[in-house]
Amino acid sequence: MSNIPSDLKYTKSHEWVRVSGDTATIGITDHAQAELTDIVFVELPQAGRAVKAGEACAVVESVKTASDIYAPVSGEILESNKTVVDSPALANTEPYAGGWFFKIKLSNPAEANSLMSPDQYKAQVGG
Amino acid sequence: MLKRTTLFSAHQKLGARLIDFGGWEMPVQYAGLVAEHLAVRSAAGVFDISHMGEVTASGPAAEAFLNWVLTNNIRKLVPGEGQYTLMCNERGGVIDDLYAYKLSADVYLLIINASRTPADVAWLKAQWEKFSQRAEVCLHDASHNYSAVAVQGPKVKDFISDCFPNVSCAAMRVNRVTDLKKNEIAEFHFESGGVLISRTGYTGEDGFEVVGEDVMIQHVWKKLLEKGEPFGIKACGLGARDTLRTEVCYPLYGNELDEETTPIEAGLGFFVSLDKGEFIGRKILAEQKAHGIKKKLIAFKMTEKCAPPRSHYPIWADGKVVGVVTSGTQSPSLGAGIGMGYVPPEVAKLHNHIEIEIRGKRFPAIIVPKPIYKKPQPA
Repeated sequence: MSNIPSDLKYTKSHEWVRVSGDTATIGITDHAQAELTDIVFVELPQAGRAVKAGEACAVVESVKTASDIYAPVSGEILESNKTVVDSPALANTEPYAGGWFFKIKLSNPAEANSLMSPDQYKAQVGG
Repeated sequence: MLKRTTLFSAHQKLGARLIDFGGWEMPVQYAGLVAEHLAVRSAAGVFDISHMGEVTASGPAAEAFLNWVLTNNIRKLVPGEGQYTLMCNERGGVIDDLYAYKLSADVYLLIINASRTPADVAWLKAQWEKFSQRAEVCLHDASHNYSAVAVQGPKVKDFISDCFPNVSCAAMRVNRVTDLKKNEIAEFHFESGGVLISRTGYTGEDGFEVVGEDVMIQHVWKKLLEKGEPFGIKACGLGARDTLRTEVCYPLYGNELDEETTPIEAGLGFFVSLDKGEFIGRKILAEQKAHGIKKKLIAFKMTEKCAPPRSHYPIWADGKVVGVVTSGTQSPSLGAGIGMGYVPPEVAKLHNHIEIEIRGKRFPAIIVPKPIYKKPQPA
């Protein structure tokens, strides 16, 4: 049974989103890290890059597979987490804390309303 | 409908993640691939290999038949010995790579790849039809009768004899399992029946493979986990099996080997006995050995931090694509990207610098000796 914090929003593709003002912090869910297992490489977008909601903008690789990470909302990349690039296993051990991926300055704050609630995400992963 | 091994419910109980492997629903990992991999390198791991196929060849002409269809020289074997060998088509392309064991005079056991079992059996039957002494060879596909496990790792020798405490009763005669030498096989009493145990594996570690009837193997699996527990044994999936074999550069059929690739190109010439007499594929293999090859299997290691190389990624040298990765992964033992692939012989020089194209970007790599991972020597 995976951890699904109640104060976050979620996507079908297993990203979590913490919205604070016009800034969204994004990472992958506990369910996603458990499915991927043993994350060995993370590639994150450069600050300043404009992304559209649903656009593939990062890659996470486990020993077995490579998976795209999608921007849950549109906007400009404010910052990427260099610590998780240096220590990819953080995405396994603390997916909601030190394992965050990047921050987006929302260009269309209304998009955040269409993200999944914790209950909806819980129903999706069957957890 | 995927086939399931006799250990399927044991895998479910252990929380295995299951995948389709050659038509079989097999565990790819239990708790975690890297932990399983490292357990095999430092302690012990047990793998379900029941999906592999078993074919017996027996009769007065079995030896002559096998020496005609296989590349290694089976006459070198005494009862209780096995050898790695290959089965080739007339073009020298690999039908399968396998282990051939001599169980007794005129009785041989072939352990073949799961994904190749139907193709192998069809090929063997077709060659048998053409074999002049076929009346003196009996071929039997026993794949449905047998299950198997591999138990691998440096600590296995410390508990395997507790699982099978008897002297052997057939094939190699030994007082205990650990008296078997590499590539030797013997039958041991186990509960109400018997199992075949060989000192072989696919991980680069010391270890054993156990073949027996379904119920027997269910009990062997349980027994190994129980006796190995104080030594840190872990149930291991195909994920760890793949990273372990890649580190030591053992080929995987479908990746490094196929019907268009010869053992010489794959660097397996040691297992091709050109001087044993006529055999299928010999003409091409002898030509290649004498006059050279167009592609050669290399092992490489990434020299910069990058995403893991994977099969089908292009290999670059001198500004152009020269080949393709056949197996690639992040090595859990070395903490670096490693792999194998085919390149032209002029590129395939040790310590040559190449590049691997990973999702549109090229990253530097160096050609390294096989195996990529070598066991640290005890101080």
